[in-house]
Amino acid sequence: MATFLNNPTIRGWVFQILFVLVLGWFVWDIIDNTSRNLQKANIAAGYGFLERTAGFGIVQKLVPYTEASSYGRALFVGLLNTLLVAGIGIVLATLLGFIVGVARLSSNWLVSRVAATYVEVLRNVPLLLQLFFWYFAVLRSVPGMREKWSFLGIFHLNIGGLHVPKLILGESAWMIFAAIPVAIAVMIFVAKWGHERQSRTGIRPPIGLINTAVLIGLPVIAFFIAGRPLHISMPVFTETGPLLRRGFQTDSGMTIIPEFLGLLLALSLYTAAYIAEVVRSGIQAVTRGQTEAAASLGLRPRQTLRLVVLPQAMRIIIPPLTNQYLNLTKNSSLAVAIAYPDLVAVGGTVLNQTGQAVEVVSIWMIFYLGLSFLTSAVMGYFNKRVALVER
Amino acid sequence: MNRNFASILVGAALALASVTAAGAGTLEDVKAKGFLQCGANGGNLIGFGATDEKGEWSGIDVDFCRAMASAIFNDPTKVKFTPLNAKERFTALQSGEVDVLSRNTTWTMSRDSSLGLQFVGVTYYDGQGFMVRKSLGVSSALELSGAKVCTQTGTTTELNLADYFRSNNMPYEVVAFEKNEEVLQAYEAGRCDAYTTDASGLYAERLKLVAPDDHMILPEIISKEPLGPAVRQGDDKWFTLAKWTLFALLNAEELGLTKANIDEKKTSDNPEIKRFLGIEGDFGTPVGLSGDWAYNIIKNVGNYGEIFDANIGPSTKLGIARGLNNLWSKGGIQYAPPIR
Repeated sequence: MATFLNNPTIRGWVFQILFVLVLGWFVWDIIDNTSRNLQKANIAAGYGFLERTAGFGIVQKLVPYTEASSYGRALFVGLLNTLLVAGIGIVLATLLGFIVGVARLSSNWLVSRVAATYVEVLRNVPLLLQLFFWYFAVLRSVPGMREKWSFLGIFHLNIGGLHVPKLILGESAWMIFAAIPVAIAVMIFVAKWGHERQSRTGIRPPIGLINTAVLIGLPVIAFFIAGRPLHISMPVFTETGPLLRRGFQTDSGMTIIPEFLGLLLALSLYTAAYIAEVVRSGIQAVTRGQTEAAASLGLRPRQTLRLVVLPQAMRIIIPPLTNQYLNLTKNSSLAVAIAYPDLVAVGGTVLNQTGQAVEVVSIWMIFYLGLSFLTSAVMGYFNKRVALVER
Repeated sequence: MNRNFASILVGAALALASVTAAGAGTLEDVKAKGFLQCGANGGNLIGFGATDEKGEWSGIDVDFCRAMASAIFNDPTKVKFTPLNAKERFTALQSGEVDVLSRNTTWTMSRDSSLGLQFVGVTYYDGQGFMVRKSLGVSSALELSGAKVCTQTGTTTELNLADYFRSNNMPYEVVAFEKNEEVLQAYEAGRCDAYTTDASGLYAERLKLVAPDDHMILPEIISKEPLGPAVRQGDDKWFTLAKWTLFALLNAEELGLTKANIDEKKTSDNPEIKRFLGIEGDFGTPVGLSGDWAYNIIKNVGNYGEIFDANIGPSTKLGIARGLNNLWSKGGIQYAPPIR
């Protein structure tokens, strides 16, 4: 027996199994305890409430939703709203973050100081305050519901939000969307052919030009073949009639609500400051010798950055970048403070109407955990692609 | 070494298994700790639950807690208030963080039946209304078709709002904030055409606007909102105590007992007053209190009418008329079972 336990492999296994058992039992005990306590306190439990009628309205919905929809549907609407603001926020924050990060290293004194100031100010003010600032600053400075600011005659801004033309898809509009993957496939083929041609003849065909034409051309051709199934609904602004009826009409155009704009602005500006630092440190971690070597080969500064420095910096940048994406997604839950109906805001209403606190909180946790896992997985894939392959 | 490990395991198992130990009765707990923990409005709702610059609490809901503390300790200051928002309030009561929830909370069936709590009674008969700018030129809520409406999330108001507009076939858009302060700011900035919440809340919030006179409260009341305190289910003794605290406040007004005259009424020949003051019979002991519990309430806090007038009545900034909240004998619907 003693020799058996002295075997390190077996001992390792025994302790691992014991640990898993204890952990499993611990979790089970908590769940069991909670449900028994809930029962004792006469609090209804279970997820059956998700199918009951929600009965409340939501200001922004990406899928059809009415007051007659279920609580489950309401939570789904909230989830999509979270995804929307997080998705667009990540793109904007990344773009801005890279620009600021590179600008911070600029040899131009003014540019680098402006970038540094941006980072320091944005990083050091709590996000919730920035959120209130952007939301109420925007609300207080734009024209009221019955007035507007117009740009180019198609974009209109007032306190009700940004009013833009809306694309209405006809029945055969799927053909246009189907043309996009086809175009991408053609583009990949063209790129391969171009590279092969370049290494064979030394002449680089205008790949960029051809691909742009393909990307725009194919969907346009599909648009005409399908019988032009796209219509545009312009926002309609009424200036007469009773006061409540004036302003932008709800059934025309598309309205991007100010809550969304405020949240998006705050999240992307805030996270961009962190991303800028990530990018700066990543670039600075690439040894000077690389830049000098590139210069001695005759590459221009722009080429050096794009072809030599950034690819190497990406290896260092991507892991902390993932953190920032996760932060942005989780920070989007501050939305409820400015009435953006994200998962937490809608869930809060559901929680209050049904009183199912444990269930709703568990749904929140599962969704955010899932979102974070998804983000990590995608970024892990990119990380693998840029990671140094040791040979 | 292995034996040690095993004993740790057994110890942990025992510790976990005993997590569900039941507490004593709420009244005993409150007496033991020496104060009442009261869940009040954290959103500074003037007249119901609000704090001034010195951090002093005031309001009808707050005074109810003081009345309970007076009944238990003969000391209205033995209350600690926990400011709660709409979303936190039930969890705070369920989890035992507060002993009583007195936070302008609407009594509804689902709350009474599935949240593990019990409503004590109605301290204020309210109803949901709308506030709009006078410049909007609207005189009825039925003209609000197509309006954008600001409200606070996590309340019954979102549901009433949806029901009202749906049943009248009017389109609308709801913008729901987490806190009252933001609702008001957004409304004031012009994000919404209307602000909806309980009518009493509207009167209170209007006072915080830059120009209260530019805004009006529409006459329609679109829902029944009986506001009252609630306690946890499963402690009948505590429930009874809270219930009779409220009834004592109402009965005192009906019997004409006030903070000022209650001492001289001790000599009254009226048997009802004698019972109320604990001179005849013993009504305190069965609920775990002293015989003069009701006297203590009135002496320290005053009767229902006094509380109403001091916090939200016509002489205050809110200027709310008694209306439904008058005694049944004076045209209202406030009615308390007798003490006998």
